[in-house]
Amino acid sequence: MAKKQAHAIFPTDDPLLNKLDLGSLLDSMALGVLFVDRARRVITINRFLEALTGYNREEVLGVHGENVIRSNLLSKGDPVGTVLVSDKTLTLEGDIINQSRKKIPIRFTLSPLKLISGKKAGVMIILEDISLLKDLDSKIHGFSGKERIIGNSLKMQEIFELLPIAAKTDASVLITGETGTGKDLVAEAIHRASNRSRYPFIKVNCGALPEALLESELFGHVRGAFTGADKDKPGMFRLAHGGTLFLTEIGDLSLPLQVKILTVLDDKEFFPVGGSKKISVDVRIITATHRDLGELVRQGNFREDLYYRLNVLRLHLPPLKERDDDFRLLLDHFFREFRANLKKKTKGFSEDCLKLLSSYSYPGNVRELRNIVEYAVNVCGDETIQPQHLPKIMLTKPQIHPPAAPRKERLLPENGTTAVDTEVNSASYTLPAPGGWSEVEKGMILQALTETAGNRSRAAEMLGWSRSKLWRKIKQHRLE
Amino acid sequence: MKILITIEKNEVAPRFDQTSEILITETDGEKVTGNPRIILLPGTSGDDICGLAIKESVALVICGGIEETHYEYLLWKKIKVVDGVIGPYEQALHFAMANNLKPGIILPGACSWEGYS
Repeated sequence: MAKKQAHAIFPTDDPLLNKLDLGSLLDSMALGVLFVDRARRVITINRFLEALTGYNREEVLGVHGENVIRSNLLSKGDPVGTVLVSDKTLTLEGDIINQSRKKIPIRFTLSPLKLISGKKAGVMIILEDISLLKDLDSKIHGFSGKERIIGNSLKMQEIFELLPIAAKTDASVLITGETGTGKDLVAEAIHRASNRSRYPFIKVNCGALPEALLESELFGHVRGAFTGADKDKPGMFRLAHGGTLFLTEIGDLSLPLQVKILTVLDDKEFFPVGGSKKISVDVRIITATHRDLGELVRQGNFREDLYYRLNVLRLHLPPLKERDDDFRLLLDHFFREFRANLKKKTKGFSEDCLKLLSSYSYPGNVRELRNIVEYAVNVCGDETIQPQHLPKIMLTKPQIHPPAAPRKERLLPENGTTAVDTEVNSASYTLPAPGGWSEVEKGMILQALTETAGNRSRAAEMLGWSRSKLWRKIKQHRLE
Repeated sequence: MKILITIEKNEVAPRFDQTSEILITETDGEKVTGNPRIILLPGTSGDDICGLAIKESVALVICGGIEETHYEYLLWKKIKVVDGVIGPYEQALHFAMANNLKPGIILPGACSWEGYS
């Protein structure tokens, strides 16, 4: 059996260097680090690279380095070989594919690893995740699809004032607000502005998975912990080490898992599922929910101690109907964004259209407004968007003007803020939110497939798409 | 069953879309039947390998890292994919025939390092 050693230090002439804990040093870096020997086999990887690739250090020791990072470096020649021969440091841009089958843009820096004696021991490869830079680049040079948080209203200004404060500290943040108000954007903005921005930001939807799966997703498991656990899985807490873990829909978390989360928050360590060895992590927690956690505590469905632990900093995002000053700002922003993206020559909205838009209640908040604008810009073939270009649901259902809508107010005693729900936002509301362009596109695909009796080649031709684009769209709309 | 393996030298290639060499072979479930073919591709393209897998009516693709798009496309074409495989391709083939090949497996032959002592 191969003998493996997690934190091997090269034999050097310096007794001090021989005593250094290289592993801890590498783990403190906010960059992926891979050491390979002259035969390009992995000597060690740091914790950041574990998160980036999805591999545990112990399982890849001795494996060919390229099998771990799965880069496109070889298409650029043989940079590892070049460094081994020339002793030079190389910096290259490329990408890797991780265990989740995601392609990540990376800046690689390759440097020779030399012993004090001058003997070449291998190559150090530093991997810098440049996804954010690429996003920024596409924002500057083109449409990226990711908008920033926009708002001039008093309530949003209050949020903007709190963001830098939330970013400066490591205290837990609880973000509340109705669906579509931008809780995810705010969480990511806090992370990006914080000292942890170079480390991972990992989002986990607590309402999306059954309890057992969620526990394994969050805390990882060891091999053999349950049927199908054929290898160790690090878990999101471990992968987010150094960074931020964003737990959305925290109100849906089961009571047993609430206890486990509370323990991690207090002790900063946990046992993976089926494991006997504690894992220490340094993770900042941001949580979000559209539920009233205070009410859940009163009902006994949410632990009071966890609630107070999470609710250190509270940000309540106002619904769109409480952001009167922002409506036109957001409308114009989305209009410009989609017009540029779709290369349309549409000049704006007609008066009737604006009246209709401003009288709508937007139960889906900013997300719904964005969908409606996307739909209208797509559908409109004229210079001005008219009411008939809006989703039919807006034209056929009676509109509810926000001030006229009956409101029920409840006081959240924990911080004195007031959450306001109109009837249309309550659980009894049945008006479906318009699906935007997505629904139109789905309809177009179905129509083309119906007219061609299911012949995908002809349907693609009819839509003016390639077969692969039609396939992607069919997958996207789950029409198989 | 027809199997396609993306290869590099004697190993499963680290990355699907960067592979220029593939092996196509048939098995009866227990042993290799016929002569395995090694095909050198004119370039590296994940789309081309997907196209080849479909053209050759392959039932199983064994590969290293693969992008979600190619993975989903092959699944949609009813081709099973075992990805993230690290190690010698012959070993991967034997594991597949024994029904022991799992996604993300690091085969025993992948690690030739004895460690520093």
